[in-house]
Amino acid sequence: MTASDTLEFRDPDRAGRLVDRLGSLVEETGPLRVMHVCGSHEEAIAEFGLRSVLPEGLTVAMGPGCPVCVTDLPEVDEAVALAEAGHTVATYGDMVRVPGSEKSLADASAAGADVRTVYSAGEAVELAEELDREVVFFATGFETTAAPTATVLREGPPSNFSVLSAHKYVPPAMDVVAAHPDTRIDGFLAAGHAATITGVDPLEEVVDRHGLPVVVGGFEPLDILLGLVRLVEDVRDGAAAVTNAYPRCVSEAGNPAAQAALWEVFERVPGEWRGIAEVPDATLRLREAYAEYDARRRFDVETPDGDGRATDCICGEIMAGRAGPEDCPLFGEECTPDSPVGACMVSDEGPCRITQEYGGRR
Amino acid sequence: MTAGDVDLDKADDEVITAAHGAGTDRTRELLDRVVADRFGDPPSGGVGLAAMDDGAVVPDATGGRATVVTTDSHVATPMEFPGGDIGRLAACGTINDLAAMGATDPVALTSAVVIEAGTPVAVVDRVLESMAEACEAAGCTVRSGDTKVMGSGEVDGLVLTTTGVGRIERGSQLTTGGLSPGDRLLVTGPVGDHGIALLAAREGFDFETPLESDVRPVDGLVAAAREAGTVTAATDPTRGGLATAVNEMADAGGVGVRVDERAVPVDDATAGAAEVLGMDPLAVACEGRMVLAVDAADAAAVRDRLRAEPGGERTAVVGRAVADHPGDVVLDTGLGERYLTVPSGEQRPRIC
Repeated sequence: MTASDTLEFRDPDRAGRLVDRLGSLVEETGPLRVMHVCGSHEEAIAEFGLRSVLPEGLTVAMGPGCPVCVTDLPEVDEAVALAEAGHTVATYGDMVRVPGSEKSLADASAAGADVRTVYSAGEAVELAEELDREVVFFATGFETTAAPTATVLREGPPSNFSVLSAHKYVPPAMDVVAAHPDTRIDGFLAAGHAATITGVDPLEEVVDRHGLPVVVGGFEPLDILLGLVRLVEDVRDGAAAVTNAYPRCVSEAGNPAAQAALWEVFERVPGEWRGIAEVPDATLRLREAYAEYDARRRFDVETPDGDGRATDCICGEIMAGRAGPEDCPLFGEECTPDSPVGACMVSDEGPCRITQEYGGRR
Repeated sequence: MTAGDVDLDKADDEVITAAHGAGTDRTRELLDRVVADRFGDPPSGGVGLAAMDDGAVVPDATGGRATVVTTDSHVATPMEFPGGDIGRLAACGTINDLAAMGATDPVALTSAVVIEAGTPVAVVDRVLESMAEACEAAGCTVRSGDTKVMGSGEVDGLVLTTTGVGRIERGSQLTTGGLSPGDRLLVTGPVGDHGIALLAAREGFDFETPLESDVRPVDGLVAAAREAGTVTAATDPTRGGLATAVNEMADAGGVGVRVDERAVPVDDATAGAAEVLGMDPLAVACEGRMVLAVDAADAAAVRDRLRAEPGGERTAVVGRAVADHPGDVVLDTGLGERYLTVPSGEQRPRIC
């Protein structure tokens, strides 16, 4: 990023004009509640203090958009069990501190297990090439990280490499949230980076099923404000459609090569999104053709039976946009970034962590 | 258990974690609990340990002078980094803590060195040489010291502990909390260079533009600022960066602080690297900067004077103290407003 890019996408004058436009739109529509489904959107909204300038009548809620947060407890338990069984577990840094039923990968590592932080699926494969032992890649995240996982599997990784997939697919979760009676929303701001992979088709399905407008938005402050303007315009016009407000990155078709890799390697199965619900067709499992690389089939993974959910943590309600971090009795007291109870306090994309870091909303 | 009971089991089991040393809320909480109460009342007319300021001020029993004393332990990974090394870091840290208390003419430093067996003598030689250079720049030297060697693995490389002693006119000390509503806040140069440069060196990230630590003595800048106008408070932003420093000023002074993010100088290379790493330059360490609160009427004069001094060329007025929201810092991002908080835990590169 160059300084001129920064200025262009963070220009206060342009931002002011977009905010004015939002204000007059919301005067026309009356109070509105829209939802974004991406932790990076929340991070940018909080970092730049955008909520302090949004019109009073416009509520921007956080949806199930933090990949670390929606990774289910038993999935963390499986990774911990594999690490404790003596295998090297490689994963993204944010996952290491997420508590499972009894412990996190960080706890396992402190007790001697080999847990490695990687920045990409490719780096996990390189690790397997270097090490003379089993390397399990605990693969988390949405379309944007699932496609690279698929790519390394198609390229034939070494035989000591396997994948513990906790990948998730966003559009069905938008369905679940939109259909929930307690989640009143007037439209979605969809994640631009996921759409660079999938294109806009999967979002058309959300529009068709719920009659809600969906706007694809980018992540710089001006991208977000522009996305909100387009979304409120669509709400005002009763236009249930997908609008691409991030065309400099997102094309209609997305990335066909990445989609081909994704769906060749993964299939969609029902699965739990931590704290939210079982979401049909939104967990990505390795297909039969890639069974040899599936850690769940290669190893006999035993995980604790205990119900680790028996706390007052309301991550699920927060991720579903039905509550805010400050509604949680643990927020900032028992649950802090240094000693997180729920995943929402661990990840940089987690709503609780973001609220803690940027001091709540103004 | 009811509120007010002490959870003894928890207290017995509790261990020190890395977060306790990150210069954050956890550090503060630990110090308040296990250190602050134990070491006496503040000296009359001076500054004691409980103030948790950059150093102590102990007035002479007779006469009009006071002694300023400060001590710090230093570790750094890697020991030698772009722009400096642990020796320079230790000397500058101590000289700058003295300066933040108003003692801009250090009398003497002491240095205790703990060395891990296996450390090359050449490294020790280089580190102590750069310590000597930093002292010379500040017009002082190390007058007393101690050396210990620990077994391999018992300590990581080198631990340097430096103590500094200064003398000031009685009552002329600067404190972190001396500011009042209306005062302007100045920072003497770009923030975040040290933290980002060290992280990049440690993690082996290779950026196009070389990143260098800002570590340097700033006693001369504090002295120049006080010549040019009324300085009401000072602190050097080290661990936790500018964000922590201004929060400490707001807390200690019982004032609110407003910071204009666009006015905060950040080097382009540091800003770019921080963006890539997902880190906030305002929340990572500086080692050659000072945050000064200055009477509003003198702010421009102090800024201009500092810009004429070596190491102060990019001094900027970045905010002001206000009567509203005492103890809290509000950041104007140019696009909106939010609180600027003390970073929690150690700042790590963002990954997922």
